[in-house]
Amino acid sequence: MLKIASSRLWKGLFLPLLGIFFVVGLWALTSSTWAPALPSPARTWEVSKPYILAPFEKRGELDQGILRFTWYSLIRVAKGYSLAILIGTPLGLLLGVSKWFTNSFDPIIQILRPVSPLAWLPLGLVIFQKPEPAGIFTIAMCSMWPTVLNTALGVRSIPQDYLNVARVLQLSRWKTLFRVLLPAALPYMFTGFRLSLGIAWLVIVAAEMLTGAPGVGGFLWQEYNALIYEHIILCIITIGVVGFGLDRVMGLIERRFKSA
Amino acid sequence: MKAFVELRGVSKGFDSASGRMNVLEDVNLEVAEGEFVAIVGYSGSGKTTLMSLLAGLIKPDSGSVTVAGKPVLGPGPDRGVVFQNYSLLPWLTVFENIHLAVDQVFAHETPVARRERTERYVQLVNLTHAKDRKPGQLSGGMRQRVSVARALAMDPKVLLLDEPLGALDALTRGTLQTEIERIWQADKKTVVMITNDVDEAVLLADRIIPLSAGPRATLGPAVSVEIERPRDRKALNHHPEFKHVRSRVIEYLLGSAAKRRATREREQPRAVLSDAREVEA
Repeated sequence: MLKIASSRLWKGLFLPLLGIFFVVGLWALTSSTWAPALPSPARTWEVSKPYILAPFEKRGELDQGILRFTWYSLIRVAKGYSLAILIGTPLGLLLGVSKWFTNSFDPIIQILRPVSPLAWLPLGLVIFQKPEPAGIFTIAMCSMWPTVLNTALGVRSIPQDYLNVARVLQLSRWKTLFRVLLPAALPYMFTGFRLSLGIAWLVIVAAEMLTGAPGVGGFLWQEYNALIYEHIILCIITIGVVGFGLDRVMGLIERRFKSA
Repeated sequence: MKAFVELRGVSKGFDSASGRMNVLEDVNLEVAEGEFVAIVGYSGSGKTTLMSLLAGLIKPDSGSVTVAGKPVLGPGPDRGVVFQNYSLLPWLTVFENIHLAVDQVFAHETPVARRERTERYVQLVNLTHAKDRKPGQLSGGMRQRVSVARALAMDPKVLLLDEPLGALDALTRGTLQTEIERIWQADKKTVVMITNDVDEAVLLADRIIPLSAGPRATLGPAVSVEIERPRDRKALNHHPEFKHVRSRVIEYLLGSAAKRRATREREQPRAVLSDAREVEA
């Protein structure tokens, strides 16, 4: 009993901490030797303290607590991500169901998929003339693809048996969709949703950097221009931790649907 | 005999690497209303293809499939299918799996009547205690009972059983065989059962029709099973009619397999050695 608990503590806490210490050590070493412009860990903490200890304070448009910035970014990501899901899911369903549709649209999807957010954003600005919708457009355009492809894969991998049941029962198209196709494809779709969310969060920095909107990414870019490099590191850590958290939450939801 | 289910000159092929290969060739079948017919054949001889043709899930290349005087143009609830691997929807409970069928076929009934109907079929296969469980939480035998209940709940004109007990252990198989016979006796539906178990066919069927070894399989001469019902599985082993029917079916099947090997040797002499080894193993 004790042995299991201690081995869990060892694997779950000590080893990850060891990894973190190693990387922080490497960072300290780098900043003290060949890259003196890189702020040291201690200095980063010192300069970031007001943003971390008063995480929700608003002192000015681009001078706010780190969690307040995170919140803005999360809202923006939520909008773009919702749009991606709303477009991506039906698109994926169509791709999965129709050979004709796949043959027509799969090539263009494969071409659009690898395009970087830095390329979509200017186009969004041209189309919408305003930074906010351009940012959301960019997030949606980049994060849509895993949902599209996994939904299509999910529909294609539905065992023929389930479809035969629907045919023998002569279920209508809608009933087949909601009672058979969607439930059967759901585990795949959730994998897509999870990957999409990861990308949506990844893209936030690019979207905010170029539009200058308040948020973690906007803050990062502004502080780079203001030569406060400590805050860049603060932002990187924040983005990483939040992204990790989002992925964990989606993973839990995904597992629920898979076991169901 | 007035045929209720009828196949006339049915052939069906599939494309393979060496061109189109007929799985079934010139299959003729007549089943009377209320009759229990078992089709027995080797695995891979096209049994499931035959079942899919009856169910209307695939169309014959030539020939016609007729049920109750009407040509079969597609699948429909008038032919309840019990699929080989149960085909239950894993995200629905036992009750919901059966209710989906009831809702569809008895859409004109009130919701209360439909629920009662579903309950009745859950009870018919003795699964009331498990009705809120999902297929993943059931044993193979229980899943198969759900599948049978779902097919019966559609109140089909014909019940199609595709190796319904193939995946079960011998003991569960015996129990379910008894159960299928009981349900059939009570309902007197027309049943076409496909199986690779000759004993099972003798136990349940009025007539047994062997399916010759594939490819280009076809139905052999029917053997009537003149054993009074209900049939007792234990006593059956010593029944002279049982032995007689059993040996006739097996003789035909073995004969067809030998003939198939002989033709193949003539057609592809080089492949003989490896084939023969396969058969022995």
